[in-house]
Amino acid sequence: MADIIKQATREAYGNALAEFGEKYDFVVLDADLAAATKTGTFKKKFPERFFDCGIAEGNMMSVAAGIAASGRIPFASSFAMFAAGRAFEQVRNSIGYPHLNVKIGATHAGITVGEDGATHQCLEDLAVMRTIPGMAVIQPMDSVEARAVVEWAINYYGPVYMRFGRFACPILLDRDSYKFELGRNVRLREGTDVTLIGTGLMVSVALDAAKLLAGEGISARVVNAASIKPIDEADVIAAAAETGAIVTAEEHNIIGGLGSAVAEVVTANRPCPVLRVGVEDRFGKSGKVPVLLEEFGLTAANIADKARKAISMK
Amino acid sequence: MDQATLKLLKEKAANIRLGVLEGIHAASSGHPGGSLSIADILAYLYYVEMNVNPADPRWQERDRLVLSKGHTAPALYAVLAEKGFFPKDELKKLRQADSFLQGHCEMKHTPGVDMTTGSLGLGVSAACGMALAAKLDKSPRRVYAIVGDGETEEGQVWESAMFAAHYGLDNLCFILDLNGLQIDGKITDVIDPTPHDKKFEAFNWNVIEADAHDFESLEKAFAAARACKGRPSVIIAHSVKGKGVSFMENQVGWHGSAPNDEQYAQAVAEIKASL
Repeated sequence: MADIIKQATREAYGNALAEFGEKYDFVVLDADLAAATKTGTFKKKFPERFFDCGIAEGNMMSVAAGIAASGRIPFASSFAMFAAGRAFEQVRNSIGYPHLNVKIGATHAGITVGEDGATHQCLEDLAVMRTIPGMAVIQPMDSVEARAVVEWAINYYGPVYMRFGRFACPILLDRDSYKFELGRNVRLREGTDVTLIGTGLMVSVALDAAKLLAGEGISARVVNAASIKPIDEADVIAAAAETGAIVTAEEHNIIGGLGSAVAEVVTANRPCPVLRVGVEDRFGKSGKVPVLLEEFGLTAANIADKARKAISMK
Repeated sequence: MDQATLKLLKEKAANIRLGVLEGIHAASSGHPGGSLSIADILAYLYYVEMNVNPADPRWQERDRLVLSKGHTAPALYAVLAEKGFFPKDELKKLRQADSFLQGHCEMKHTPGVDMTTGSLGLGVSAACGMALAAKLDKSPRRVYAIVGDGETEEGQVWESAMFAAHYGLDNLCFILDLNGLQIDGKITDVIDPTPHDKKFEAFNWNVIEADAHDFESLEKAFAAARACKGRPSVIIAHSVKGKGVSFMENQVGWHGSAPNDEQYAQAVAEIKASL
């Protein structure tokens, strides 16, 4: 079997901006993190369309709103902590409320920031961005999807929050055939006993969990939910109806993110057990990424445990 | 300035003030003090300075106004109605659920409103974005932002000031409504944001002083802003909060409260008498 190639979705984000900068006329803003968010790749190629806002994320979001209000498409990038956290109110009032065509590229989401620790490990962004009416909230599972999401965002009218990671994760989708659709889950593995719905780097972990479960004779469906808002209601309801148990997996607080979004759909339409794997309402910490993933339970073993429990609750 | 223009501006400013009071009185809520202090500035902007088209509010090549002190929306609504962006009758429905005249400026549904504002400090940054976009478009359109003096206590105002100067946005002009009062009292007592001139100079802005209630002073100031190349301009407009209504002038209590029927009648009489 060929080795699986790994790449951080932030890398794919920067590469996609540089690639699509040739085809589309958008501008890119950053807040002194171009080297880390990878917008620097675009900056190198299109310096006249790149604007560093300095360490002032709130200003950057409102500037982006003004650019969008003038008919241009701005991408505004920072770490998730500052894009969704520091600048929440600017995103809500300057971008969300007037429904302006701003694309927010938030990198370094979740605990896989690693050594920098809790101040920089955003575990709340999916929750807060999801509460802004009209905001599309997207988290690609790999580089292929990250690239596709960037091109989709350019062609979609409206505010978009894109969540990218720092940590290299497996490239599993096919670049030539994959097409991102808003509000549409992608089924990666068929199954009948339980559905594992993951987002971001937890999708590949969910696939590993499905393999563990298969060894025990449990048939687990695996779904990639890149579109967290709008969530694919039909697919979530189908998972509830057809497999009768759901486990969600995300690198985010278990409060307010993908798990909550799935539970909202399930409880209103087709109640069944929904167990959530994520960071269990605590702050992150410094450490090597594999150690942190283990410590915070973002593992195939934990997903498999939750799957067994969910099945037992049917 | 010729006498005909001066007369027109005085009449328009009075009508803006009447529109402000009509809406706030009908709504029994709103912010008269800071709306009245910018009435003359808005009359000058919309009748002399700015290139806009009421028949095509979203005309791409129009000049933009961002009312960063978005709580004084009644003054903007009044001048927009006066210009014909929407019927004047709408002003009576200020802040009502069946009206597009929101308590704070909202761009999606109100013809002529260029930016959604209300949360202080955000509008000035959006104005920077608009000015940058005009530069990218190689368009001569200009961007104006009215910022409150209390609003300059928001750190984001200074982030925006840094940004505009760094990118040489000489098509951008802030008008600082320096009326000296904010909700909790005098700006210098609450948390002193002065001196504004030295602060903006330190941020590499072109600083211009003006009397916010003297059209010839405003004319000179806006001409100086237009003439300045390579950096943004700020007009520090010395104003009187509640200007034009004797019992509201310089009274902090009129920041955010509506006149009763008797007070409304007196205010209207005073403004009409001034013409």
